[in-house]
Amino acid sequence: MLEAIEGSQAIARAVAMCRPQVVAAYPITPQTHIVEGLSRLIANGTLSAQYISVESEFSAASVVMGASAAGSRSYTASASQGILLMTEVLYNIAGLRIPTVLTVANRAVSAPLSIWNDHQDSMSVRDAGWIQLYCANNQEAVDTTIQAFFISEKTEIPVMVCVDGYTLTHTLEPVDIPSQEEIDAFLPPFHFRRTLDPQNPITVGTLVSPDFFTEARAVNHQAFKKAIKTIHETDDLFFQLTGRRLGALLSVTGDSTAKTGILLMGSVFGTLSDALFSHEEKDEIRLLKLRSFRPFPKEDLQEAVRGLKTLIVLDRSLSTGSDGGIVGMEVRSALFGQKNAPRIINAVVGLGGRDLPLSLLSRLLDLSKNPDTPEFLFADIEPSRILEEVSSPVNTVHSEEK
Amino acid sequence: MVEIRIHGRGGQGIVSAAYLLALAAFESGLYAQAFPSFGAERRGAPISAFVRINKIPFARHCQILSPDYLIILDDSLLFLRETLLGVDASGGILANSRKSLPEIKNQLSKRGFSIREDHRIAIVGATEISLAHLGKPIPNTVLVSAFISLTGIISGACLEKALARRFAGEVLEANLSLVREGARQVEENAWVDQASDTRSQTYA
Repeated sequence: MLEAIEGSQAIARAVAMCRPQVVAAYPITPQTHIVEGLSRLIANGTLSAQYISVESEFSAASVVMGASAAGSRSYTASASQGILLMTEVLYNIAGLRIPTVLTVANRAVSAPLSIWNDHQDSMSVRDAGWIQLYCANNQEAVDTTIQAFFISEKTEIPVMVCVDGYTLTHTLEPVDIPSQEEIDAFLPPFHFRRTLDPQNPITVGTLVSPDFFTEARAVNHQAFKKAIKTIHETDDLFFQLTGRRLGALLSVTGDSTAKTGILLMGSVFGTLSDALFSHEEKDEIRLLKLRSFRPFPKEDLQEAVRGLKTLIVLDRSLSTGSDGGIVGMEVRSALFGQKNAPRIINAVVGLGGRDLPLSLLSRLLDLSKNPDTPEFLFADIEPSRILEEVSSPVNTVHSEEK
Repeated sequence: MVEIRIHGRGGQGIVSAAYLLALAAFESGLYAQAFPSFGAERRGAPISAFVRINKIPFARHCQILSPDYLIILDDSLLFLRETLLGVDASGGILANSRKSLPEIKNQLSKRGFSIREDHRIAIVGATEISLAHLGKPIPNTVLVSAFISLTGIISGACLEKALARRFAGEVLEANLSLVREGARQVEENAWVDQASDTRSQTYA
């Protein structure tokens, strides 16, 4: 039933209807409302689960790893520094192929200290071995959460559901939350085939010698190739149940004859869609919504850029000192050597909560029309604010001293 | 589309006011969205929240840069340039204040804001009303009710329905009395535009 609800509360309700048996989380802005909501649902008896209060995100991740290894469906959520504090355990959960779901209420990483939205936190754990799905609105946040449990338990790969902090978590908007019956029909009870069981003892997390380490890593990598199929199938099954598709790994909006494409992740999709709707050149523009960053849909992307002259890739995080944004480098690599590959402009935007306005579309199109636009740039920077810093004589003083 | 920006200080219920207005719009069959600009503020710090209301769904998740209406819960913020930024001359400003309308207009012009005769500004002493009915200085419900009455974009009944979903018993009763008192403070439908191409008739 459609209801107007805050994103965090909608996510908490969706998680509860997936019937996790263990929830462990440490509150951090902007994730707090989600775990507060879950704590309330457990306290008032709506959800029969154990809520384990922990002293840090490191413990939260450790608890859900243990709970899932023992055969319980588990859930946690965090953001920013919290995700970084979890990092060591995140690698373990993924390396041991333990299914669980983690909501990342995407937030910038300190320093400078910021509580606001960008994608630096989830991007920082890009290589941890988790599936990463990004949500464009709160309907997708709810639906992806439900799909995530299914995907994780089917692939035995943990799933991060990435939801823009504040922009989605704190926004009240109409959301259709599926009924308990619908979710029960979609998501069977969790049966873990490698569960820790005193009657049938196994060892989990043992030392792996050089004889087998490479093979263990290669198997994990292969599992991601298979996960591509699972993510597609899950979206199909979900469509049969609810009539909603989330675009599997990558979806395309706009004209197939378009010459300019914009590839993006997360909630900026809605703003660009609205801007596109009233734009005079709308037939010329195609939006590529990247939902799955891991696994990265290389083949879907190669297909989606066909016919494009220019592809603008938006990055909401930064690998300082690199020659491009994190998504940008991935896209360049995927399209390298492809015949008639589009010119790629990689634009970093919306760091640390900088608003992404409707006018962003025109700004990006202007960049795409200018042959002098660099391959990589900060597209919404205020240059006057850093003039002094950039022209600071720090380096020249040192060279003069020599 | 109607876009509203709400200004106030942490603790005055700015986010609740935005959510309440969006919930009331949703109750009346409109598509609505509400969100705060800053979500981790301290009591007393200036904060703002946004509400969009439209007949049909929209997808944007950006801040409101040129609002049709401002609702200001703390009159000390009324004279800040950031507060009045982007507000459309054909829109309206509803503020919580104990000062009179001429006094507010006078102060605005003294500080260099050009105020035309036909600018829509309405003042309600919402804090005092809330103290009298609720025993707490929380002006949000009174102002939301006054705003709905002025603009006619949503019926008062839908606001009461939205409140009934959130509160019950004595708290609900107190809030409903705030709604009725808030509506009485302003001239009903005073901001409904007469011309057929105005925003309130076109969109909501």
